[in-house]
Amino acid sequence: MTILYFLIGCSILLALIFLAGFFWAQKSGQHDDLYTPAMRILLEDKEEPPPEK
Amino acid sequence: MKETLTLKEITCYHCGDEVPDAGIRADEKDFCCQGCKGVYQVLRDNQLCSYYSYNDHPGANREQQNKRFDYLGEPSIVSQLIDYTDEQQTIVTFYLPHIHCSSCLWLLEQLNRINPAIYYCRVDFLKKQINIKFDQCQLSLQGLVELLDDIGYEPLISLQDIIKKQNAVPRDNLVLKIAVAGFCFGNVMLLSFPEYFGLSIADQSFRHFFGWLNILFSLPIVFYSGRGYFVSAWNNLRNKVLHIDFPLALGIAVLFIRTVAEILTHSGAGFADTLCGLVFFLLIGKLVQQKTYHHISFERDYRSFFPVAVQVITDGKERPVPLSELETGHRIVIRNQEIIPADAILLKGEALIDFSFVTGESVPVSKTLGEIIYAGGRQTGQAIEMEVIKPVSQSYLTQLWNNEAFTQPKGNRIPSFNEKVSKYFTIVLLAIAFSAFFFWLQTDSSRALAAFTSVLIVACPCALALSTPFTLSAALSIFDRNRFYLKNTAVVEQLAGIDTIVLDKTGTITTGDPTSLTLQAELTGEQKQLVYSVCMNSGHPLSRMICRYLGHEDGLEVADYTEILGKGILAGIRQHQVRIGNEQFVLGCRGAQVNTTQVHLMVDDNYLGYFSFIHYYRKGLEKIAELQTDYQLHLVSGDGDHELPELLPFFRYAEQLHFNQSPQQKLDYIRLLQLQGNKVMMIGDGLNDSGALKQSDLGIAVTENINNFSPGSDAILDGRSFEQLPSFLKFAKDTVKVIQLSFGISLVYNLVGLSFAITGKLSPLTAAILMPVSTVTIISFTSIATRVAAKFRKLL
Repeated sequence: MTILYFLIGCSILLALIFLAGFFWAQKSGQHDDLYTPAMRILLEDKEEPPPEK
Repeated sequence: MKETLTLKEITCYHCGDEVPDAGIRADEKDFCCQGCKGVYQVLRDNQLCSYYSYNDHPGANREQQNKRFDYLGEPSIVSQLIDYTDEQQTIVTFYLPHIHCSSCLWLLEQLNRINPAIYYCRVDFLKKQINIKFDQCQLSLQGLVELLDDIGYEPLISLQDIIKKQNAVPRDNLVLKIAVAGFCFGNVMLLSFPEYFGLSIADQSFRHFFGWLNILFSLPIVFYSGRGYFVSAWNNLRNKVLHIDFPLALGIAVLFIRTVAEILTHSGAGFADTLCGLVFFLLIGKLVQQKTYHHISFERDYRSFFPVAVQVITDGKERPVPLSELETGHRIVIRNQEIIPADAILLKGEALIDFSFVTGESVPVSKTLGEIIYAGGRQTGQAIEMEVIKPVSQSYLTQLWNNEAFTQPKGNRIPSFNEKVSKYFTIVLLAIAFSAFFFWLQTDSSRALAAFTSVLIVACPCALALSTPFTLSAALSIFDRNRFYLKNTAVVEQLAGIDTIVLDKTGTITTGDPTSLTLQAELTGEQKQLVYSVCMNSGHPLSRMICRYLGHEDGLEVADYTEILGKGILAGIRQHQVRIGNEQFVLGCRGAQVNTTQVHLMVDDNYLGYFSFIHYYRKGLEKIAELQTDYQLHLVSGDGDHELPELLPFFRYAEQLHFNQSPQQKLDYIRLLQLQGNKVMMIGDGLNDSGALKQSDLGIAVTENINNFSPGSDAILDGRSFEQLPSFLKFAKDTVKVIQLSFGISLVYNLVGLSFAITGKLSPLTAAILMPVSTVTIISFTSIATRVAAKFRKLL
C-alpha cells in the first residue's frame, strides 16, 4: 500500500500543473474576451468572397 | 399584395435604409446616400466586399457625416488617447458604437489590407472596442481615425474615456482565488473520503499523511482565497459595523484552527473539507454578483458627451484647442452637428440648436445674434461663430457636476436585507456559542471548547451569504431580458425600497417620435404655411411636433398672437384669422371622448381638420399613474407649464407637477423630498436631469438606444420597456421576499446543525454533509423562486 504515497504525490503534482496552466492563461489575458473568438472562427481568412446572397 | 409591395421597395446595399426615388447607383447596387456609396467604394477598391456577404446591409447610415478630426493633430490630445507608443509602433483602443455583427468583426480585423501601416487589429465584440497597433511614422492617429470613419466606423472619442477607465479597473483576482479554492476543495474531498468510510488500524499511517496534506491544502484556502473575508471583517469592526463578513471570517478561522488542532493532537480528522467547500461556494457567490455590462456605461457625465477639442479662431486662423484650455473670450466655431461646449454668445451665423441631449426636446430652437446659448446644444445647419463667456466647468449645465452630490459618496442608502439582518444574526450566534461554552465549562472544559467551535462552524451563514447574490443576479438577468439594465445587483434592493417616484417630462414620459402624428385634413400650400408660421411661435411641444411634421416652410409674420394656456393659439397672419387648439377652443363644443390628443385647425371660420397625436405620452404612463396608491408621484420638468391640462389627469394634485425647473432646482427638489424622509427614485433622460439622478436614491435613465449617450445613473431603461416599470417595481419587491424566504430556509438548516453542535458532538461528516446540502437547497430555491416570480409578473 505504500505505493499510495507515490500515487497521491503524482496526482497532486499533476493537478498543480493544471492549476499553474490556468494561472498562466488567466494572467496572459486569454479569458478577457470569451465571446469574439467564437465568432472569429466562423469567418474566412483570406479567401475569395463567398457567393453573394 | 403586401408581398409584392415589400419586394419592390429598394433598400440601400450598405445600410439597409429605404432608398429615396432619386437613389444613387454604383455597380448596379442602390445606395441611399453618397456616404454609403463612399464606404462601398472604399471596400470594393480593397477587395473587401465579403463584408456584404456575411450579413445583409451591415453598414451604418452615412448620410450625415462631416466630422472633423483636426484636433487629433494636437500632441497633447494624442498622448491622452493612446495606450502605448515607441519608435516603431503605437497602440490605441477605440470604442466603436456601430460594431454589431460578424461583418463588422471581419472588416475591422482586415484593416491592414486597406493600409499596411496598421500591423494588428483585435476586436472585442461585447465591449465594442478595437485594439489597433500601427506605425505612427506612416499613419498618424488622425489618419487612422479618418480611415475608420471612411469605412463607416466612427470611433467615439471623449475626454472621459470610458475604455481607459474600464480597463484600468484593478483586477481583483477573484477567478484565480476560485481556481485555487476549487483545486484545494477537490483534493481535500478526495483525501477525506477514506476517513468517512473508516480506516483500518493497519492504515493509521495514512491517516496522518492525509491529515497533513489537508492542513497543507487549507493554508492557501485561508490565507489566499479567504483572505478578503478577514480584511473586510476587520474593516467593518473598526467602523463598528457588524457585517455578514464577520461571522463568515469567524467561521473560516474557527474551522481552520480546529482542523489544525485536531490533526496535530491526533484527536480527530478536522473539518478541512467543510472549510474548503465553504470558501469555494462563497467565492462563487461573489463571482455571480459581479455581473457587468461591458457595452453600457453608467458613469457618463458631460465630458463623455462633449467634444475633445473645439476650433478656436485666433488672428484669423482656426486652431483646435483642447476643451480644458478653453477660456472666457475665446472665439469658437461650431459646425453642423457639433456640440457647443461652453456657455457662449452668438456672434455670427444662423443658430438652430438641438437641445435633445440636454432636455430631451428634439425640435431645434433658433437663436438670434447676441443671444447666450447654453452649453450642451448641438448646432444643426451652417457654421456659427460664438464668444465663450464662461469656462467649460462653470457653464450653466456643467456646474451641476461641482455640486456635492457628485463629489460625495451616497450616504444614507436604503440598507439591504443582508445588512439589516446580519447584525442580529451575529449577536445571536455569539450568544448561543458563549452560552454553550459556559454551560459545558462547569462539567467538561474540552467539551466546552468543542461546543463553542461547533456552534460557530455550523451556524456559519454560508447559505445566507449566498442567497442574496444568487437571487439578485437571477433578478438582474430577468430585468436584462426586459431591456432594463441595472448597474449592479445592489440596485434591485434599492428598487424595492423606494417610496417616491419623480419623473422628468420631455423625453422621459414623452416621445419625440414624429410618426405618432397624423394629419386628418387636406391642407393647401398656403394653409400649411399659415399653420407652420403660427406654431413656430409656440413653445408647446405639440406645436413643435406640428412644425417638424410640416417641414421647413417659410415663416410668415404673425400679428396679434395669443396663446391660451391649455387651450390653443389665436393669431392673425395676412388678414387671415388662425385658430389652432383643442376641440372646445376651436369649435366651441366638446365632441365625443377620444383616446388620442387632437389639435384642431381653423382658418377664417373654415374648419380644416385636425392633427391627431397617438401616444404622445409614452405607452404605459397611465399604468405608472396607477402606482399612486403605493408611491408618491412627482413630475419635474424644465419646460413651461403648457401641458399642465394634459398631464393633470395622470396625477392626483397639481402640486405634484413642477415646471420651469433648472437642473439645479431639480436636484434640490429631490433633496427636499429626501429630507422629508422619502426614498426617491428619479427617472430622467437628459443631461439636465443628471444632478437629480445622482442625488436620488435610485436614478434611472430612459433612452431610446442604450448605445447612445445617457447621463450617469444607477440603471438604464430602454424606452420600449417604459410601460413595464410597475411590473419591475413589483418584481423587485418579490425578489426581496425570495431573499427573506431563503434566509428562513437557511435558518432551519442552522437550527438542525445547532442541535448537534451545542452538545459538542459535531462530527466532521455531519458538517461536511450539512454545508453543501444547505447551499444547494438555497441556490436552487432562489433561482426557481425568482423565475416563478418573474413569470407571475409577466417578465419571462
